[in-house]
Amino acid sequence: MKLTLKIWRQESPEDKGRLVSYEMDGVAEDTSFLELLDILNQRLIKKGEHPVTFDHDCREGICGSCGFMISGIAHGPQKLTTTCQLFMRQFKDGDTIVAEPFRSRAFPVIKDLVVDRSALDKIVQAGGFISARTGSGPDGNAIPISKEKADRSMDAAACIGCGACVAACPNGSAMLFTAAKISHLGLLPQGQPERKQRALRMVAKMQELGFGACSNHGECEAVCPKGISIDFIARLNRDYMVASALETVEPVKKV
Amino acid sequence: MARAMTFYSTTVGKKVVMAATGVLLVLFIVGHMLGNLQIFEGPERLNAYAHFLKSTGELLWGVRIVMLAAIILHILAAAQITIANWKARPIGYAMKKDVETGYAARTMIVSGPLILLYVIYHLMMFTFLQTPQGLSDTDVYGNVVKAFQQPGISAVYIVALLVLGFHLYHGIWSMLQTLGVNHPKYNRLRRIGACVLAVLIAAGYLSIPVSVLLGIVH
Repeated sequence: MKLTLKIWRQESPEDKGRLVSYEMDGVAEDTSFLELLDILNQRLIKKGEHPVTFDHDCREGICGSCGFMISGIAHGPQKLTTTCQLFMRQFKDGDTIVAEPFRSRAFPVIKDLVVDRSALDKIVQAGGFISARTGSGPDGNAIPISKEKADRSMDAAACIGCGACVAACPNGSAMLFTAAKISHLGLLPQGQPERKQRALRMVAKMQELGFGACSNHGECEAVCPKGISIDFIARLNRDYMVASALETVEPVKKV
Repeated sequence: MARAMTFYSTTVGKKVVMAATGVLLVLFIVGHMLGNLQIFEGPERLNAYAHFLKSTGELLWGVRIVMLAAIILHILAAAQITIANWKARPIGYAMKKDVETGYAARTMIVSGPLILLYVIYHLMMFTFLQTPQGLSDTDVYGNVVKAFQQPGISAVYIVALLVLGFHLYHGIWSMLQTLGVNHPKYNRLRRIGACVLAVLIAAGYLSIPVSVLLGIVH
């Protein structure tokens, strides 16, 4: 099949950047989006041009490294799919595809389609952990957890931190990401001792990093490759309200 | 107080304030509609109700002050959040598609100010009696009929109430979500309930000018 790619090219964080068109001919339907970029890059290297820079790692849809906007949708038109698992059979012969980096004040562009998503790591560092004794592993089933709670916690823990929620949100908000990280710990007994501080610290960090507010558009859930529900955002709001009423934020103690 | 300010300093806190004041405003809108609908029971009933409201004195002023505070907080939070949201994406997309969100949700920041303008106009007209149309202080029923018989006034009212309907369609479900009122069993009901309530409110209010224009209420 024949495709026209319009790809965001930006040499450095300071460069203004622009969309550049590339004609791709004889593309097999079973080519993944990242393989398509690999093919293009081989061509560019042969011509002595700079290849298109993009993030990737596992190419199995589980690591959260890849991701950019594909024709206006984070990770492209197929639901519950990361960019690496998007294949050309989702497109029609003759289509024009626009590839742009995720855009947010907290996600500065490094080069081409690569953005700095370390802001998400900073939110996790602010409170997305539990303090537990190290040493030998606890006995299985020593702490009873209901099936329903375990399932919901796992649903939240499915977040791979790709940043598509931030990219898709009209407000550039990181609420779905933060809600998933707060909830997968907050739903389990091990997450209870720090539950209030976790909500206060992570929400404060999210604010400090310049993410927008949640307007309940639901765009994040729609593009999330792991289908994380905005129900977790309601849960974050509850946790944050309770925590604000009962406690004030304390710095993380290092021991 | 310091804790309240810290709470409000975050976008989550501002949204909670916006949602909580939204609940008060929705309750007021429903109460006001039920009061207005007494027009269908005739002039005596509506005028007696208006007289009763005025006779409550301090209570009426208490409600007015609470509503004014709610409106100010609602607008302040909305303005601050909107500015923060604009700043959160300084460079926009060359191409962006909406997958899930709708017209009502995307235009909250437009429907909100339009409703504010209408509320100011509405208060000037009916509460402060500043219009030169010869409105009576005691005959509320007559005032309503006289006003709505003018197509211009009815048209502005109808447009304003449709805008309010759109604002509530997203606002009601949104405030429940922001206040953390959710349960897997009832989540679908929140969307449906918000839609039904928005339609009922708009229809309830709109029934009055439509009835006057059609000559059913005269």
